[in-house]
Amino acid sequence: MKENLLIKGKTTDLKEYKIADRFKDLEKSKKIEILKKMYQIRYFENEVEHFILKGEIYGTCHLYIGEEANAVGAISAIKHNDWIVSHHRGHGHCIAKDSDLNFMMSELIGKGNGYCKGKGGSMHIADMDKYNLGANGIVGGGMGIAVGAALTNKLKKNDGVVICFIGDASTNNGIFHESVNIASIWNLPLIYFCENNQYGMSTPIISSTNIEKISDRKASYGIVGLTIDGNNVVEVYNVVSHFAELCRKGKGPILIESLTYRWKGHSKHDSQIYRTKDEVERWKEYDPILRYKNHLIEENTVTAGEVLEIEKKVIEEIKNAADFAEKSAYPELKELETDVYAD
Amino acid sequence: MSNLTYLEAIREAIQEVMQKDENIFLIGEDIGLYGGSFGLTSGLFAEFGAERVRDTPISESVIIGTAVGSAITGMRPILEIMFSDFTGCGMDQIMNQAAKIRYMFGGKAKVPMVLRTATGGGAGFGPHHSQSLEAIFAHIPGLKVVMPSCPYDAKGLFISAVYDNNPVIFLEHKVLYKSKKYAQEVPKGIYTIPLGKGEIKRPGKDISIVATSYMVQKSLEAAEILQKDKQIDCEIIDLRTIKPLDIDIVLESVKKTGKLICVEEACSFGGFMGEVVAQVMEKGFDYLDAPAIRIASSNNPVPYSHILEEEMIPSVDKIKDRILSVLSKN
Repeated sequence: MKENLLIKGKTTDLKEYKIADRFKDLEKSKKIEILKKMYQIRYFENEVEHFILKGEIYGTCHLYIGEEANAVGAISAIKHNDWIVSHHRGHGHCIAKDSDLNFMMSELIGKGNGYCKGKGGSMHIADMDKYNLGANGIVGGGMGIAVGAALTNKLKKNDGVVICFIGDASTNNGIFHESVNIASIWNLPLIYFCENNQYGMSTPIISSTNIEKISDRKASYGIVGLTIDGNNVVEVYNVVSHFAELCRKGKGPILIESLTYRWKGHSKHDSQIYRTKDEVERWKEYDPILRYKNHLIEENTVTAGEVLEIEKKVIEEIKNAADFAEKSAYPELKELETDVYAD
Repeated sequence: MSNLTYLEAIREAIQEVMQKDENIFLIGEDIGLYGGSFGLTSGLFAEFGAERVRDTPISESVIIGTAVGSAITGMRPILEIMFSDFTGCGMDQIMNQAAKIRYMFGGKAKVPMVLRTATGGGAGFGPHHSQSLEAIFAHIPGLKVVMPSCPYDAKGLFISAVYDNNPVIFLEHKVLYKSKKYAQEVPKGIYTIPLGKGEIKRPGKDISIVATSYMVQKSLEAAEILQKDKQIDCEIIDLRTIKPLDIDIVLESVKKTGKLICVEEACSFGGFMGEVVAQVMEKGFDYLDAPAIRIASSNNPVPYSHILEEEMIPSVDKIKDRILSVLSKN
């Protein structure tokens, strides 16, 4: 895989952790599934951007383009019945966790058959059946929920692990400290997967944080923490597989800082005056999908032709999801006051 | 059946539900070996152990968040926030997570958790340990809010709250906790009092007094004095749960008496009883022979000095005098 010069020198030397290359032994179908999921996220988000341009996204939403390796690498490394908690930029995690693309797209344009019946929107897509506890409109808001899910695993004595996806900026929110601290004293099976995409909205993480690496915060909690290349899906997969297993053995929590970059603006409305086009272009050279595709071709898992076929199928799938959403009905007005309370 | 204080009745409720259901656990600050700031959870750590009676760091956000996360994944957490004032530190987890998850997820999740907390003044704890915040909680869709006034109700309402599939804010009055004066015969074993049903604590024909929590007890005392001294027959309605609100019990009473006084310990401005009065205006204006009146605390933080604190919070005398003034004008 091409080396990411923007990341090089900032990542942890993984040798000391004796992380096995489990990716190497994955079945071909699983390796292809990983590629397919990354494409699904990329094209799904492109389609969402089209909806934004057409004015069909009513409120706002946050696109995941450029960060695909994080969600897909991490979620591919856990079991289907391991819980995840997503963050503010959640579409990618839903797709990686096998959410239905049609119902996701419906939710984004406010249709009644969307994941949340049109009551949540971009920032709240959750799928309890797929063990996805949802994105969150409050930066850092999911970090308590993740502790709760991990505690459920512990109290029910199952071997489940929870991945709590967070962004770099949320680590300056008070609940980050409360959450990681309590998880550390209880040894919870919890992976804090911090996607450091370099900006909290417009604020560069380097100007909001006085340490070089977010993973250095591990010292406050006496836990393992490391910084990895988040645009390398193989590395993400191997690291999360390794630490998920340790978590299942009672050696959690873990803090993983995954270096990555969002190609698009923070949200629907973002003039991006806080960064240069050159910076964006430099990061695009380390396109996680391109890197992974080349890796698979180089190791003879797939041919370039097969990749094109996969890509074409995904494009078709996303087009269908967009059609499905557009043709779906808006929620019935009688739904307004339902689902506030459970029976 | 045994004679229990309010605190003992809640403790017995917790103990009995925990004996029955493995999915119920406690979480909070100093609730384990120490037994909680007021001693309410005393003995539970010895009986159920550290896994199910979980002491935490001073981290209100994550205590509440942990309850939310464990509730949506299959547990029934009971969490203690030592004083209701401290909920401010974890308010995001209450108002944005616990309360909204079910709605935001299109009805696909439920959040069966109870947030217990000590409310109210009258104990000299000062501005950060004495507020009455029920109006804030009741205002947030998705929460239920319970305010028991006596040991029997506290136990039955608590058990209902535990088995409710929604986040319930259970406001326990700190003056009532250990008061022998308000101790009551409380049955052993599980019994429930439905959330959203008020109760007439004292039937009467002359005036309807609606109250919550400790104010029910004060209103009952005022009513006895008025009966004895002035032959005034007050009807005292205990809302027990303010959300859902049993407005029907209030309307039925006002239909009979034609007069309404609402008593609450919170500051009057934006207080919950404003909602009760508004609903009576909307649904029962014709029943009223006099303007509905609120008796509430003055609009300032709860002061420390007992002289000032007593001046702020409605007393038996103040309640009695307002009732007399309403009746004398009509």
